[in-house]
Amino acid sequence: MTAAAALLESDALTKRFGGVTAVEECSLAVQSGSITALIGPNGSGKTTLFNLLTGYDFADSGAVRFDGRAVRRPNPIALYRAGLTRTFQQARIFPQLSLIENMTVAVHQPWRAIVYPAVRRADRERAHELLEEFGLARLVEERAGRLSYGQKKLLEFATVLMSKPRLVLLDEPTAGVNPVMVEKIEERIRALHARGLTLLVVEHNMPLVMGLCDRVIVLDHGRKIADGPPAEVQHDPAVLDAYLGT
Amino acid sequence: MTAIRPFGLVRGLVIVGALAAFPFVFNEHWLVNIGVFTLMYAALATAWNMFAGYSGYISLGHVAFFGIGAYTVANTFSVSSPLRGSAYSFTSHAFMSIGSGYRPFYVLPLVGLAVALLSVPIGWVALRTRAITFAIVTLTLLFVFQNLAFNLRGVTNGSSGLSVPTPNFPVETYERPFYFAMLGVLVLGLLLSWHIGRNKLGLMLFAIREDEEKARGLGVRTTGVKLVTFALSAGLTAMAGGVWAYYLTYIYPQFAVDPLVMIGSVVPVFLGGRGTLWGPVLGALILVPAQQYMAYRLGASELYLVGYAAVFVVILLVLPRGILPSLGDAYERWRYRGARVTVQPEEVPAA
Ligand SMILES: Nc1ncnc2c1ncn2[C@@H]1O[C@H](COP(=O)(O)OP(=O)(O)OP(=O)(O)O)[C@@H](O)[C@H]1O
Ligand SMILES: [Mg+2]
Repeated sequence: MTAAAALLESDALTKRFGGVTAVEECSLAVQSGSITALIGPNGSGKTTLFNLLTGYDFADSGAVRFDGRAVRRPNPIALYRAGLTRTFQQARIFPQLSLIENMTVAVHQPWRAIVYPAVRRADRERAHELLEEFGLARLVEERAGRLSYGQKKLLEFATVLMSKPRLVLLDEPTAGVNPVMVEKIEERIRALHARGLTLLVVEHNMPLVMGLCDRVIVLDHGRKIADGPPAEVQHDPAVLDAYLGT
Repeated sequence: MTAIRPFGLVRGLVIVGALAAFPFVFNEHWLVNIGVFTLMYAALATAWNMFAGYSGYISLGHVAFFGIGAYTVANTFSVSSPLRGSAYSFTSHAFMSIGSGYRPFYVLPLVGLAVALLSVPIGWVALRTRAITFAIVTLTLLFVFQNLAFNLRGVTNGSSGLSVPTPNFPVETYERPFYFAMLGVLVLGLLLSWHIGRNKLGLMLFAIREDEEKARGLGVRTTGVKLVTFALSAGLTAMAGGVWAYYLTYIYPQFAVDPLVMIGSVVPVFLGGRGTLWGPVLGALILVPAQQYMAYRLGASELYLVGYAAVFVVILLVLPRGILPSLGDAYERWRYRGARVTVQPEEVPAA
């Protein structure tokens, strides 16, 4: 995707927790149609940055633009409806609800929908399609709490796709997941990307990042220390330093 | 056990039919009197569960709406309403003194609707908070309204209370109209609960109960969803309060907005099972007759409160999720007996 417009931009975002500056003056752009990786050592502020971008936390300063429009007061509900959605590092699903119910919660609803049946036919079909792709179709009536950790990650990924988003932020989609499922997740990311979805992925699995992403952004102590194509970033001394040194 | 599985229409009809038959089978006054209170608490518990059980928001202020409903009915049909001029009371006295017959029952839906609307701004403020803070904010609401009932003499007649003329229902079956009015409120509550439980509104409430932040991340308009349910629940609670006021014919602030009524509508839900359709009714059917019977035998002592506290502790220790969900769990264990457990440890350390 050359010369594409930035779908999501941040401008000098800063977030402090008491004395800790979790994110510092962070400016980045996610090009429309790209797979962008966000990497960095533990505690470098990746999840905090996700929270700022998706309205789960408020920045102390800085600005966010989604789809060319300034997001004044980021709010997860509004952003989701605008096509920006995320998953969580610790796979957040609704454990007491069945898989199909987990999926339907995530469908855009107009107000009058509150009197519709919980799971409508169209929702069920779309959910089935997605669960099929994620290899969870046979568990559709199962309670989500009964899934394995890796299956929960897959389910969470699948749910955020119910609303046909434009940009998905994945926070460590493969952490704590067995190698077979890592492959499954990689395959899904590629397929979704091929269909035009834009992704911003936090990931510690370097071979995966290098093989999958168009662009890599590196954070260290809340600061952006590198930003460029994987091959370039891989050999950046500042990056090597952040991962190996001090 | 998630939500409510679509319940058999048959089961509903049998239970409601049995409740409807009760006053014809047992027509002693004291028994039907216990029946009226049992149904009242079943209705209050059902109304409370519809909001608190489904959404996980523990409201301790619902009885304020009970009181508002009670005062609305009492004011509308009272001979001594401070809201109306004495001349009006005087001229209408002859008519009023024979009682208001069934009319208070007919205005109940209006009372419910009005209080539901009134509860929206109140709920909007209270629902800015969550979890334990919400419980405390709503508990404050209870005491604020009790204070208002004492002090807004122009509406409530203060601590002297309000009276509604005793209706001239046939003496032998005097309690029956009240019994059926309470049953009506209960059935309305059950229908609403059932409808919510199988609809998107219920699904969204369950999602909020499980993980509200995640639900927001999936575009669920959490505030609106909670508010709609809060209002429905408040309206139903007010309707039960309206019937109660007419039944007692005398209402005082300390009984119309009473923490004991609040406890009485919450404990059955915990006993029967939060977030289930029939749990609150089951809980009320067990607890209220026992309490009323004890009050009848032991006089108006408040010893039953000790019993309630004991029941509550036992529930939390033995059946933390209540009777119906525990049965559901047992059924699930039986269904999955011998099956390979697919559940892995919840927390996998992040790489
Ligand atoms: N709510 C909070 N309150 C206080 N400090 C916080 C909070 N959230 C994050 N931090 C701190 O901010 C820093 C960045 O944390 P963050 O979770 O964003 O890192 P991360 O890059 O996602 O790390 P990991 O790879 O381990 O997931 C850490 O030092 C963390 O302790
Ligand atoms: Mg993180």
